[in-house]
Amino acid sequence: MTAIIVGTVILAMINFGYKAAGPVVLADREPTPTTTELITALTPALLTGLVTVELLGPRWQHLDWTAVLGLVVAATAHRLRAPALACVAIAVLVTAGLRWLTA
Amino acid sequence: MSALVLSGSAQFAFLTALADGTGLASGVVAGALMNLRFAPMAAASARSLHGGRLQRAFEGQTVVDGSWAPAQRPDGTTDRELMVAATFVQWPAWVAGTAVGVLLAPSADLLHRYGLDVVFPCFFLLLLLDSLRSRPDHRWVAVTALAIAAVGVLLLPAGVALLLSSAATFVALLTRTRS
Repeated sequence: MTAIIVGTVILAMINFGYKAAGPVVLADREPTPTTTELITALTPALLTGLVTVELLGPRWQHLDWTAVLGLVVAATAHRLRAPALACVAIAVLVTAGLRWLTA
Repeated sequence: MSALVLSGSAQFAFLTALADGTGLASGVVAGALMNLRFAPMAAASARSLHGGRLQRAFEGQTVVDGSWAPAQRPDGTTDRELMVAATFVQWPAWVAGTAVGVLLAPSADLLHRYGLDVVFPCFFLLLLLDSLRSRPDHRWVAVTALAIAAVGVLLLPAGVALLLSSAATFVALLTRTRS
């Protein structure tokens, strides 16, 4: 619990710094294109990392084809412009349904 | 945490690393890397904010994905009022949603049986797909990050694998140089 509180405070301070730095220091100046490109690319890189780590788990122990298929169907729904909450609900229903069928 | 950090991806990254037992530093670095995008987003909005340095610093705190993106105008400026208002709506909703989740606290078995364990990865996946929809050229960043994270989590703690996946950002520079 202490680690969560300490980490939360540190993250909140870092977050404040990120959001304050631009408006206070940079004002009208823009970061270099290379810096902006690297920072922008961090989002897809880390989000992919999160999806992968969450799905596979340590030493791939959490790998579950029903969850993978649920996410594939949700991604398809997203491609068809379904709302985010509907996509999540579809992933949950498909995964739970497959698990029920194969139980 | 939701009240102070107000960033789903950073919060999940921090807690994923912490739950894996890789330590506080890994969690903080993962969360900090995830939120690094707020620096250029806030900088890009700087000229649209009002007041002196202190007021601008506080107005910059309203930069959140869900409010910053719709507040961008075609001329490159930010609709300050829209961004601030959207954040003031999102903040209590995010905190209340987190509180409801904590109060319900279902068991791991129940989560698995009803497929609720896919909620977090699905949430990340949708954010990723939205990100790739606006920047299709970043697909190779995602593919590289997938390979790094998949191999990394096989050999290393999950938090370390997550941090290593950020190295895929350099692919963005390579693809930009070639194009």
